Amino acid sequence: MQAIGNWFQHLYETTGLNFSVFYDAYDWDRYLNGLKMTLFLSVTTIVLSLIIGAAGALMQGSPSRLLRLAVNAFVVVFRNTPPLVQIFFFYFGLGTMLPAVEAAGMRVPLLSNVQWAIISLSLFAAAFNVEIFRSGIEAVPSTTIEAAEALGYTRLKAYTHIVLPLAIRVCLPALNNNLVNLLKTTTLAYAIAVPETLYAVKQIWSESQNVFEMMILLLATYGILVGVLVWLMHRWERAMRIPGYGR
Amino acid sequence: MKPAEPVHGFAVLLPYRLVPTRMSVRISPLSAAIICFCAIMAVSTAWAQTTPTMLSPLQIILKWSPLLLRGFAFNILISLLAMLLGTVAGLGLGLALLSEFRPLASVSWLVTQFFRNAPWLVLLFFVMFLVPFQITIFKTTIPLPDWVKATVGFALPVMANVAEVVRGAVRSVPSTQWEAAESLSFTRRQMMWLIILPQCIKRMLPPWMNIYALVAMATVLASIVGVSEMLTLTAQVHAAEGGRPELFAPLYGFALLCFFLYCYPINLWTARLERRFRIR
Repeated sequence: MQAIGNWFQHLYETTGLNFSVFYDAYDWDRYLNGLKMTLFLSVTTIVLSLIIGAAGALMQGSPSRLLRLAVNAFVVVFRNTPPLVQIFFFYFGLGTMLPAVEAAGMRVPLLSNVQWAIISLSLFAAAFNVEIFRSGIEAVPSTTIEAAEALGYTRLKAYTHIVLPLAIRVCLPALNNNLVNLLKTTTLAYAIAVPETLYAVKQIWSESQNVFEMMILLLATYGILVGVLVWLMHRWERAMRIPGYGR
Repeated sequence: MKPAEPVHGFAVLLPYRLVPTRMSVRISPLSAAIICFCAIMAVSTAWAQTTPTMLSPLQIILKWSPLLLRGFAFNILISLLAMLLGTVAGLGLGLALLSEFRPLASVSWLVTQFFRNAPWLVLLFFVMFLVPFQITIFKTTIPLPDWVKATVGFALPVMANVAEVVRGAVRSVPSTQWEAAESLSFTRRQMMWLIILPQCIKRMLPPWMNIYALVAMATVLASIVGVSEMLTLTAQVHAAEGGRPELFAPLYGFALLCFFLYCYPINLWTARLERRFRIR
């Protein structure tokens, strides 16, 4: 660790390229915390959006017209409005309408900015996931579902054990795209002061005056994060492959 | 509903096709959106316990709507310019991706992947902070106002996405077309411009419009870096009206409504074109 720090210090002294995060413990700490927050946001929003997406896709196929209408309206509205405005609407609009709670003698909002970011980003990604899952479900022929029904599966059981596993396998490439997009969208939490990577890096560059170097680091960070996610998804895709299907 | 014909080899699964959600129910999405908006208004008005001297949220929006809508028009202008810039650059990059000269193809692949995988906001910061506020060419100084830089910042991801669309469309042209053109002794450039690309336009249109809808929605990011577009103006209007917290929901709701009314028709039209141009 020390050697890396020394090397970057040397780089700064010889070339003027100031990668302060690698030798300044304080900056490194901030960067690391930002990275942790980005990972936390990504993982929670991915999981939540998958759950909401699967539930929404199930509801889209429900016999109740009202339920279908509600899910369709949700998808259409969240797909066609900017995620940043959604975040602002949730955090400022709804956040201020919720009652504040007493915590340690101070009045704090019921939901913090991190929680609002998670909620709005999950809903945004879930709207896309509903479509993706629905299209996957439509790829499962009705005969398969009829066969499940003939074996005595209930609607929910057939959905979770037969339809969804098949649907997930066909919609994985589209899902992959959307999750990468979600990972990139977590940067928007910056706008409501969630201390994620972009926020931390911005703090570092405004104190250490090294915009260019930090920008390179920022792009590299997201490049690696997206790369890791894509790699994981591809591994998952391979592991879930139905033998004899596709190439 | 027709039964699926067994053209694909799948016994258990039909071919996957991503179909956008449409509101097929009698109540139109437009009226649904307006109803939602009015509901938000009503709730916030009721919640606000308005004293007679204060304007209700609806009155405030009406009062400021010329300004806000001008901000929205600015958003659209930025998105159109970014799209124009990105499409021209993306067409070049897409053709470079398909180039037979190996190094050019791999370099442009790298560029495409880089700009496709970086978050839009990070690219915007990248351009805003690293491009100077004015440039001097041949002793003439050209000022670069921040909205121009923001436009360039949006054009970069558009470029990469358009490049991918171009590549995908060209790849989807049957190879017999290339062979037929070759047998008629067209040069490679002629083949590309006279035979292949004209066939691709139809296929490229729906994804291209999808990208446009994305750009239109992304333009609000410019408010984070200080361009005074609709979202910035919304915050200023909120401050001008005394910063009452109950005004946030209607004001941002109005912004949501504007974008919805602009992007949803584009989305519907895209879906229609997609259905019409579907390759069978």
